[in-house]
Amino acid sequence: MTALLLRDLRLAFRAGGGFGLALAFFLIVVTLVPFGVGADTAVLGRIAAGVLWVAALLACLLTLDRLFQTDYEDGSLDLLATAPMPLEGVVAIKALAHWLTTGLPLTLAAPMLGVLLNLPGPAYGWLALSLALGTPALSVIGAFGAALTVGVRRGGLLLSLLVLPLYVPVLIFGAEAVRRGAEALDPTTPILLLAGITLASAALLPFASAAAIRVNLR
Amino acid sequence: MSLWEYANPRKFMQTSAGLLPWVTGIAAIVMVVGLVWGFFFTPDDYRQGSTVKIIYLHVPAAMMAINIWAMMLVASLIWLIRRHHVSALAAKAAAPIGVTMTLIALFTGAIWGQPMWGTYWAWDPRLTSFLILFLFYLGYLALWEAIDDPDTAADLTAVLCLVGSVFAVLSRYAVNFWNQGLHQGASLSMDADENVADVFWLPLVVCIAGFVLFFVALLLMRTRTEIRARRLKALIARERMG
Amino acid sequence: MPELGKYAAEVLSAYGVSALLIAALVGWSFLRAARVRRDLAEAEARSRAHGR
Repeated sequence: MTALLLRDLRLAFRAGGGFGLALAFFLIVVTLVPFGVGADTAVLGRIAAGVLWVAALLACLLTLDRLFQTDYEDGSLDLLATAPMPLEGVVAIKALAHWLTTGLPLTLAAPMLGVLLNLPGPAYGWLALSLALGTPALSVIGAFGAALTVGVRRGGLLLSLLVLPLYVPVLIFGAEAVRRGAEALDPTTPILLLAGITLASAALLPFASAAAIRVNLR
Repeated sequence: MSLWEYANPRKFMQTSAGLLPWVTGIAAIVMVVGLVWGFFFTPDDYRQGSTVKIIYLHVPAAMMAINIWAMMLVASLIWLIRRHHVSALAAKAAAPIGVTMTLIALFTGAIWGQPMWGTYWAWDPRLTSFLILFLFYLGYLALWEAIDDPDTAADLTAVLCLVGSVFAVLSRYAVNFWNQGLHQGASLSMDADENVADVFWLPLVVCIAGFVLFFVALLLMRTRTEIRARRLKALIARERMG
Repeated sequence: MPELGKYAAEVLSAYGVSALLIAALVGWSFLRAARVRRDLAEAEARSRAHGR
């Protein structure tokens, strides 16, 4: 299992692996927003939580279609499916690798980008916490979408269409947690619900994803 | 040479061929009766004026939008467990009807909302949930279109419908939380939750029945087409190989 | 036509949009059904001619 994890991490860090891509995209989107909505700091401060969450979510999408694609094309996915390690575990490891190379860096970078959008002071901690709790869910849900579309050539756009509606609950609770933190209200409920979604998704979705991969490998 | 690959589709084609004219006829009658009754023979509402007549489209469409997705869920489960091809194809056939019902619900809701609330759209939990449901329908249809092999497509879309249903329910709660948390008391519910007077309620029930029958008739017809389409695909594939 | 009063435009456009959407759905379903029937008949004729 560790071997698979390290292999995927190494692949991601190599050129074209997408590691810096998601971070760069995150930065670009956040930079674009003031150009679109104006530089009024009061306005930016109010929408900062949501914008950061949406941008992180979109950045996660970028590297998803790569998740199973290269292994599918060169036949390693077949090998992984018949290996002694259960396919569900393979999916979980790949989702973990995706999170380590995409979600985690985004979580660490977000507070800096929060400065660009005039995120209110008390919200920074909640931003980091909500992203830390929510981005794993994004990786797991994204892995499900990637498993469904692994056989579709250039299925990136289809992947987005399938995955983005599934992201809505995570986005709602994540952004709400940050907003409440910003107004010094109690963000416990959305944080707990967010954690619940992440745990349930991580426990259950790999089964659906493995089933989808098996179907695609037939 | 067998006419059809599986006995099940053959039986369905036979049965549905007999049923279809009857269901279509009854559906047409019920729908016309309901809509004519509601449009021409009901009074205006004290508060809403003649816009209350929109209820005869909006409520049945909204109910169908949700129930059709539920039917797709059941059909997907039957396909995954029992491998009845007709089930998978019925789910595929139902989806465009569901999309249309969702659009009717959204559009009639918006048109009704403008004079009533002063806005075409509001991020009210119910409206928002319908918008999300529309997106789920689109994804389901897109996946069917993207996959070549019929059995693979049936399997993957069935899994998507399953997972999607869980997330749809989750989204419903999340959206309620999202809106309640920000805006208190914007009660924009306009349908049968309120006490709808009998004079509106009876034609409404007839319209709902009409929409259900319309769905059944169109579903039968579209499923027959899907079965034929699958047969066509198999023949073409065989031609290409031999 | 009943007295629709000041909301005539709204009510009529609601019914109009719905009618349009239903007509489009039914129309497309019929067109697709006809096309598939025709293609299937041709394919079956071809396979009867070439095969068994």
